[in-house]
Order: sequence, then structure tokens, then C-alpha cells
Amino acid sequence: MGRITLEGVAKRFGEAEVIPPLDLDIPDGSFCVFVGPSGCGKSTLLRLIAGLEDTSAGRILIDGQDATRVPPAKRGLAMVFQSYALYPHMSVRANIAFPLRMAGMAREERDRRVEEAARVLNLTPYLDRRPGQLSGGQRQRVAIGRAIVREPKAFLFDEPLSNLDAALRVGMRIEITELHERLRTTMIYVTHDQVEAMTMADRIVVLNAGKIEQVGSPLELYREPRNRFVAGFIGSPRMNFIEGAEAARHGAHAIGIRPEHVTPHPSSGDWKGVVGVAEHLGSDTFLHVHDTGLAETITVRAEGEIGLNPGDTVYLTPQPDRIHRFAANGDRL
Amino acid sequence: MATQASRAAARAMLSPAVVLLLIWMIVPLAMTLWFSFQRYNLLYPDRAGFIGFGNYINFVATSGFWEAIVNTLLLVGGVLAITVIGGILIALLIDQPIWGQGPVRILVISPFFIMPPVAALIWKNMFMNPSNGLFAEAARFLGLPPFDFLGQAPLASIVLIVAWQWLPFATLILLTALQSLDSERMEAAEMDGAGPFARFWFIALPHLARAITVVILIQTIFLLGIFGEILVTTNGGPGNASTTLTYLVYKEALLDFDAGTAAAGGVVAVILANIVALFLMRAIGRNLDA
Repeated sequence: MGRITLEGVAKRFGEAEVIPPLDLDIPDGSFCVFVGPSGCGKSTLLRLIAGLEDTSAGRILIDGQDATRVPPAKRGLAMVFQSYALYPHMSVRANIAFPLRMAGMAREERDRRVEEAARVLNLTPYLDRRPGQLSGGQRQRVAIGRAIVREPKAFLFDEPLSNLDAALRVGMRIEITELHERLRTTMIYVTHDQVEAMTMADRIVVLNAGKIEQVGSPLELYREPRNRFVAGFIGSPRMNFIEGAEAARHGAHAIGIRPEHVTPHPSSGDWKGVVGVAEHLGSDTFLHVHDTGLAETITVRAEGEIGLNPGDTVYLTPQPDRIHRFAANGDRL
Repeated sequence: MATQASRAAARAMLSPAVVLLLIWMIVPLAMTLWFSFQRYNLLYPDRAGFIGFGNYINFVATSGFWEAIVNTLLLVGGVLAITVIGGILIALLIDQPIWGQGPVRILVISPFFIMPPVAALIWKNMFMNPSNGLFAEAARFLGLPPFDFLGQAPLASIVLIVAWQWLPFATLILLTALQSLDSERMEAAEMDGAGPFARFWFIALPHLARAITVVILIQTIFLLGIFGEILVTTNGGPGNASTTLTYLVYKEALLDFDAGTAAAGGVVAVILANIVALFLMRAIGRNLDA
């Protein structure tokens, strides 16, 4: 069991209100990702749940029990830190066994659980090494191993992949997702990378300046962003925003259209522009189109290789049912 | 230091320092060794010449030689114990965010700026004096007979004085080591269920191991040569109760004017220092490996 409920939880550092009172329910077994730009309070929120920071107001419930004043170790949560926070003077085995040792578990049971965790995480050959002798990805797995041996109610991940290189990050992303598939334990995962959020989560919480902008499944957020912030944050490349006469024609202050929902054509279409930069990825081509009279740049995704080069005139046609309409205050219409 | 040219340049640049150091260390050591095998008493300048190990036999046979060795080790060990344990405790205390942290830290460090004989005299006359000292005053206030520190417990008193002087050094080094401890590591241990004592024992103390080693090694070098504090407080007495090897050498050279035996004593002191160094490096030296 690992249902976590926040009721009016707020955090102030002196005068500064980092997190205004917010409510959130994280169901048991879900993979919930907190995503937002840096400084949006997502890590602080995670630390509040962990108990490493005191709440300024509100209640934190774990499985329906008030845990607001419960010390971190007693909450039954395990955390994986951005810096891994391994104990450098202990072997991998001792690192993973540390929480069990602190819990006063018998040696045989401890060894059994460590061996089991090491097997799951492919760490068995490294059990007697020190963290300093491991690669970044292996250290990350040790940190995860230290979390899973405790069999916690929920895992808390604080940007665990940001210190890894791009290729390793993709691999660990899949490993963590598979771990969640197997354990079915609640996971709360903090990241600023919306790709991680989209690929891993079954629930995404988009945060901005401490406020929850929207909660939903990745595709809900993609299809129906509640406001311009979420629309711009979720999806890569970013959604194009168009204001002015073209938006007014759709009866909105601003309209948004994702690059993948605009069709470029060399000779005919709704909007006319000039290709600025064409990014050829092989499978896709991203065109940055200027001089449309709508916005400074409109990004367009074309499938495969397209015969358009910088300086060429291009006509763009948005898919009408994929146009998002926003009011002046940013809310979805 | 990649190319042959840069290696050669490095050697050339280093050589003046190496030569200077060699002269500085080898010449006095060689002279001491030379004198230690000569009959050389300033009271009888005519009786000179080579006498083999006579000076060494003389020195070891001096009344109080073994007592001096024991006293030396007690002094070094006692001061090390107090400064390392006390230093860790004070470092843990002033690492906490408190009001007036800056002034507190300066106050903690200040004993290190006072020259040893001055510090020893202050302790002797203002604190430990059995008739006028603060401690005696405090004892009388409590209705207890005043304790004659330097008369009754001379070595322990000197240990106290020297430890007071060296506590800032240990505190300072241990404090900087403590501040380099990753806070996420402490938080991880907290999440793992380690209480304050377990966090100190399993996380902070191993992190401090290298700093503690540095403190022990550096302090040992200086503590083996403690002299001024003994001279101005007890003069090695009563009897030989607070005579260390260093003080014994001083006695031979400048009270008995026997330069030969004093030189032999100096060589014995060097040998003792090396035994202690060897022992220390064996015991804790591996902490210095990265």
C-alpha cells in the first residue's frame, strides 16, 4: 500500500512562499512524475513528502494516516537522491544493507534481501566494490538497491538521471519503468525533463512557481492542456503559439498548434512563410519557418526527408481539429 | 609533467629547495651524531675525545630516563586524546547554525594565537595557583580544600595546558572536514532510519577519518618537542614527575653542561620519534590514501 494524499500542504521559507497551499492525491501503485521548470518547487514538494522539510501548513497522509509530524525514517518511504548519496567508505553490499542494519534486521535475512536486490539490479558482481569504483549508472543502481531492500510504501526519486549521459539516461529510464512494472509500488519522480515525464509516468503533475497547473495522464496533458503553460511545457518541440488576427478568427486570444499537426507543402496551404533552418533527423525534419506574419517562428515537423531548404517558400496547413484555443489569461477555451 | 623537457625543468626548479632542505636537516643531524660519540663536557673542556657509546650508556642510565620516556608518551597520548575527542565535539557544535557564529568561531580559535610559555604562565598563575588561582577560589567557594595542580598532578596539569592550546587546531581541521560532508548523504542516512548517533558513527566519523589522521600526525610531531610549557610551570618536577625526553636533553645540556650526553639524548629522542611515526603510519596511515 502506498497512497499519498496532500491536503492544503504549503511551504514558506521566511517571507517567501515557495509552495502555496495545494491538494494532491497519489493513488497506490501509480508512477507519478512531478515536472516543471527549475525552481518551481518540485524538489521541495518531494522533500516535504519525504519529511526532510517541515510543512508550513496542511497535512500529509500516507495510506490515510496523518504523517505530517512523523520523522522521515518512520514514514516507510525510500528516496533516491540526485547525487546518489552513497556511503563512500562502505562496500556496495554494506550500502544496500544499511537501512536494514539500521532497522535491526538479522544478518541472514539482511544478506538474503541484499542478494535479491543485487540480482534484480544486475549488481551481483560488484557487491564487494566501493562506490568510487563504479560507473555512474552502477552507482545509480546501488542507490535504487538501497531503496528497494526496505520494501517501502513508496519510492521518491529526486532527478535521479540528471547526472548521467544521454545514452545511459535512456537505458535507466527503461530500467526504472520496468522496476515499477514489476514491483507495482507507488513511485514519485521529480524531473525537469518533460521527455522523462511523458515516457515514464502514468500520472504527471505539472508544477509552476509552486502551483499545480494540471494533473493527468501523459496523453491527457498532450491532448488537452488546461492552459498555455502546460501546452508549452509538454511536447517536444514546443507548441507554436499564434496571437492577433489569426487567433481572433478562431475566437480566441491565442491559438496553439503543435509542430506535428502542421502540414508543410511547397506550393499551396493556409499560411505562407520562408524556411529558416531545416533540422534533418532522418526520420523527421523540423522546419523553422519565418516571415509568416503570425509569430516570429513557426516550428513544423515533416515526416521523413522533405525537399525544402533554407530560403525556400513554404505553405503551412494546420490540422483544424488539433488547434488549441486559449483565453487572454492563458486558460484553455 | 608530460614531456621530457618539462620533467627536466621540474627537476631543475625543485633542486634548490631540495639542496637547502638537505643542508638544513643533514648538517645539524650529522653534528649531533658527531657530538654524541665525543666526550664533550663544558665543565671539563680538556677531557675530550672519542668515547664510543659511552654517552648513550650515560644517558640511558640517567635517573629518570625511563620515567621521561613514559612521561613523553603520556603527554603525547593524553593531549591527542583530549584534542581529537574534544575537537570533534566542538566542531559538531559550532557546525550548527547558531546566532553569533562568527565571533564564536574566532573565540574558539584564539588559544592557538597565544605563545606557549605565555599560555602556560597564565594557567599556572591565574588558574592553577593553589592560593590565588581561579580554581582554588572556586574550590573555596564550594567549601573544598584548594588543589595544588602543578604540585599534586604535574603531568596531568601540563597535559591540560597543552591540550587547551592545541584544541583549536584540531577543531579547525575537523570543522572544515565536517563542512565538506555532503548533506544529501546525511539525509539519505536519515531516510534509511539512522538516528543522530548512528549518523555520526556510520557516516560522519568515517568521513572525518582522514582529517583525524592529519590532526594526529601533525600534533604528534609538535607534541614530542613540548618544552616551554614544562620549563615555565614545573621545571620537570616535582622530582622527575613531569620530565619528558626533551626536557631531559635540556637538563643534560644546559644544567649539567654535558653536551656529549645531551647529543646522545637528542639522538635517542629522534629514534623514539621515528618509532612513534612508524607505529602511527602503520596504524592510521592508510586513511591518507585517496
